[in-house]
Amino acid sequence: MAAVANPVEQFLRSERIPHIWCPGCGIGTTVNAFARAVIDSGLDPLKVVVVSGIGCSGRVAGYVSFDSFHTTHGRAIPFATGLKLANPELTVVVYSGDGDLSAIGGNHLIHSARRNLDIKVICVNNLVYAMTGGQSAPTTPETANTSTSPYGSFEPDLNLPKLLDAAGASYVARWTTYHVKQMERAMLELLRKKGFGFLEVVSQCPTLYQRRNGMGDGLESVKFYKEHSKVKNDACLDDLAMDKIGEIICGRFVDRDRPEYGQTMREFYQNKLGAKYRAPEFQDGVLV
Amino acid sequence: MAKGAVHITVDRCKGCAICVEFCPTHVLALSTAFNGKGYHPPHVVNAEKCSGCDLCGMYCPDFAIYGFKLGKQGVAQ
Ligand code: SF4
Ligand code: SF4
Ligand code: SF4
Repeated sequence: MAAVANPVEQFLRSERIPHIWCPGCGIGTTVNAFARAVIDSGLDPLKVVVVSGIGCSGRVAGYVSFDSFHTTHGRAIPFATGLKLANPELTVVVYSGDGDLSAIGGNHLIHSARRNLDIKVICVNNLVYAMTGGQSAPTTPETANTSTSPYGSFEPDLNLPKLLDAAGASYVARWTTYHVKQMERAMLELLRKKGFGFLEVVSQCPTLYQRRNGMGDGLESVKFYKEHSKVKNDACLDDLAMDKIGEIICGRFVDRDRPEYGQTMREFYQNKLGAKYRAPEFQDGVLV
Repeated sequence: MAKGAVHITVDRCKGCAICVEFCPTHVLALSTAFNGKGYHPPHVVNAEKCSGCDLCGMYCPDFAIYGFKLGKQGVAQ
C-alpha cells in the first residue's frame, strides 16, 4: 500500500539504499530528521549542499540527493568554507562525525565558529572512531571500553557544546537519536540561523561502542538515551561532559547573533578596496 | 476505521525493532519471516490502532517504514 511516498525519499539516492550502516545504527535516523527539516524549511533543495568528511557519518554525503561533497578526512569545513564564500546563496551543511569534525578537523571547527561563518554543522557523535574499528576518540567518555582502551579510557572527553560556545558559535544544541522530533526542530533552527550553527546528535554505534561496553544493540541504545537524557536549555555548559552511564543533557544552549564572516569580509574589502573589489554576484543562481 | 497506515519496504529493513518499540500504539511487531538479507522485518499486528503519526518513519534508520494519515474513506491523505 504505497499510497503516498515516504517524505524523505525525494532527498535520498534511492538506488544506493540499503545503505552500509549497521543494523540499529543511529546515523540513518539523523538523516530522516534532516530530510524532514529541509522540507519544513521550504528551502530550494537545489541550493542546499551537504559536505561530509570521512567516517561512518561521512557517508551521509553519498546517500542524500542534494549536491554533496565527500571530502578528505577532517576537511569538510574547509571545503564548506570555500563553497559558502564563493556562493553565499547556498545553504551549506556540514554533516560528519565526532572524530572527523572534532579530532582530525578540530582546528577547522574551532576557527570556523570563531569567524562565525554561515555554515550549519551536524555532528553525529557516536563517541568512537567507528569506521576504522572503534578506537578511542576525543569524545570517548572516561571509563568507556574501546578497541584502544581495553581497560577503559582514562582520558577526559571533549565537551563539544562548551567548546563551540567558547569559540563563538551562533547556535549550539544537543539531542540524541531518541529525540527525533526535537532533532528535526533543531535542524530547522540550524538551517534558518544565520552564522555558525552546531548541532551535536548523540548517536549509537551498536557494533563498536555499545557492544564493547555491554550496552546492547541499537534498540537498547535508544532506550538508554530515553532514560538517561534530560532536557535543560539553560544548562551550565560545564555540566555537559558525558560519562559512560550518566546523564546526557540535551537542549538548545546557545542562540545569539554575531556578525557573519562572509558578509563582514565582503563589506571590509568593499570599504578598503572600493571598485577594485568585486563581491560574487548571481543571476538565477549562476555566478556572473 | 484506522486513522492511518504504514508502508514497509521489507527489503530495506535490518530488523532493529526500533519502530516496534517506539510506535506509541503498538501497531507493529517483528515478523518471523525473513527478508532477502536475512532480517526479520516488522509487520502490522494492530492495524486499527495506527494513527499515521509517522514516528516509526522518523526512527527507522533504514528508511524502510513510514506512516501516513488516512481520510474518511480510508484513502491516503
Ligand atoms: S560501525 Fe558504528 S557508526 Fe559505523 S555504521 Fe556500524 S554502527 Fe554505525
Ligand atoms: S504511523 Fe504511528 S501509529 Fe502507525 S505504526 Fe507508525 S508509529 Fe505506529
Ligand atoms: S526501524 Fe526500520 S530497520 Fe528497524 S525494524 Fe523497523 S523497519 Fe526495520
